Amino acid sequence: MAHHDATLSPEEIKKAKMKTVIKVTAILAAVTIIEFIFAFAWPDGSSRFILNILFVGMTLLKAGYIIMEFMHLGHEVGPLKFVVLFPMLFLVWLLVALFQEGGAILDAIQNW
Amino acid sequence: MSSTTTLTNPKLSEWDGGQRPMKATYGKLMMWFFLVSDAFTFASLLIAYGVVRFMHPAYEGAYSQFEFATSSDNFYWPIPEKVFNAFPGLHGVDAPLMFVGLMTFILILSSVTMVLAVEAGERKSKAEVEKWMLWTIVGGVTFLGCQAWEWSHFIHGTDEGVIRDGVQIFGANLHVNQYGPQLFADFFFFITGFHGVHVTSGVIINIVIFYNVVMGTYEERGSYEMIEKGGLYWHFVDLVWVFVFTFFYLV
Repeated sequence: MAHHDATLSPEEIKKAKMKTVIKVTAILAAVTIIEFIFAFAWPDGSSRFILNILFVGMTLLKAGYIIMEFMHLGHEVGPLKFVVLFPMLFLVWLLVALFQEGGAILDAIQNW
Repeated sequence: MSSTTTLTNPKLSEWDGGQRPMKATYGKLMMWFFLVSDAFTFASLLIAYGVVRFMHPAYEGAYSQFEFATSSDNFYWPIPEKVFNAFPGLHGVDAPLMFVGLMTFILILSSVTMVLAVEAGERKSKAEVEKWMLWTIVGGVTFLGCQAWEWSHFIHGTDEGVIRDGVQIFGANLHVNQYGPQLFADFFFFITGFHGVHVTSGVIINIVIFYNVVMGTYEERGSYEMIEKGGLYWHFVDLVWVFVFTFFYLV
């Protein structure tokens, strides 16, 4: 578990952990609310592409906090973090490759 | 019941169970590896959704003017905000994404109560573990109830339905889809359904753990680590929802 100072009493450890939990909860809630505001307040004509990048960024931020704090991966040893997170890089490639492919298929349907 | 086993050769080395590789117990490691594989499954579904979305033309008018496609000649992908805009008890009111947002908060809150249960487990405080596990279960069941309502609304459709190629269509199923291309409905059922199955099994796991806490199983075992393993699964379900929320409902 988390590496706490050995001089802390159980009560103090509990307090420190509660502080983290409250902080992470507040961040998750705040980011979700910001996503909402963006979804509604985004002006009609402006680029949805920028908006979508913002959404993806905020999602990754939320995911990071859930994995690192709630699932405690941030406090595990390096190799375990690596083993869990490294395979996810393959998904980035899959994403890039297949989204290109989707666009190409649409182009083929419309213009062949 | 006696469960003491005496080993003739004590297991001491790294990989025969004597020590903990990567400083995590066997159960926790296996849960992590399972979650990695499950992440790949969910990611494949969401990426497939993305591909299919790019395969269809996008709606080109102003967002506020959006209407469901009325002709199969121009079968554009719907804007999810305009599909999921109902709220229980507010019939006919346009409340885009409000209900989905509420569901997100319910799931995040149940993730928080799970963290608190894990924390209480580390202090071996049985009463507190019971309390937080129960709240987690309540959160999970509430989320499932919300999802049932949303599915029901999606299937039944809007009051007016939509007239496409001269035929009036209400709601969506695996044959027709009032909101747009058929695949949109198929992916909705598959992705949120697959997530819902995970939530359901998570709730069942949590109920089993809660039962064991009450019966004092972990007290006897001297460790509440099972709460942590169940917690990993439960947080993962929340994690997946964060992605589903963005890529299915927001983008």
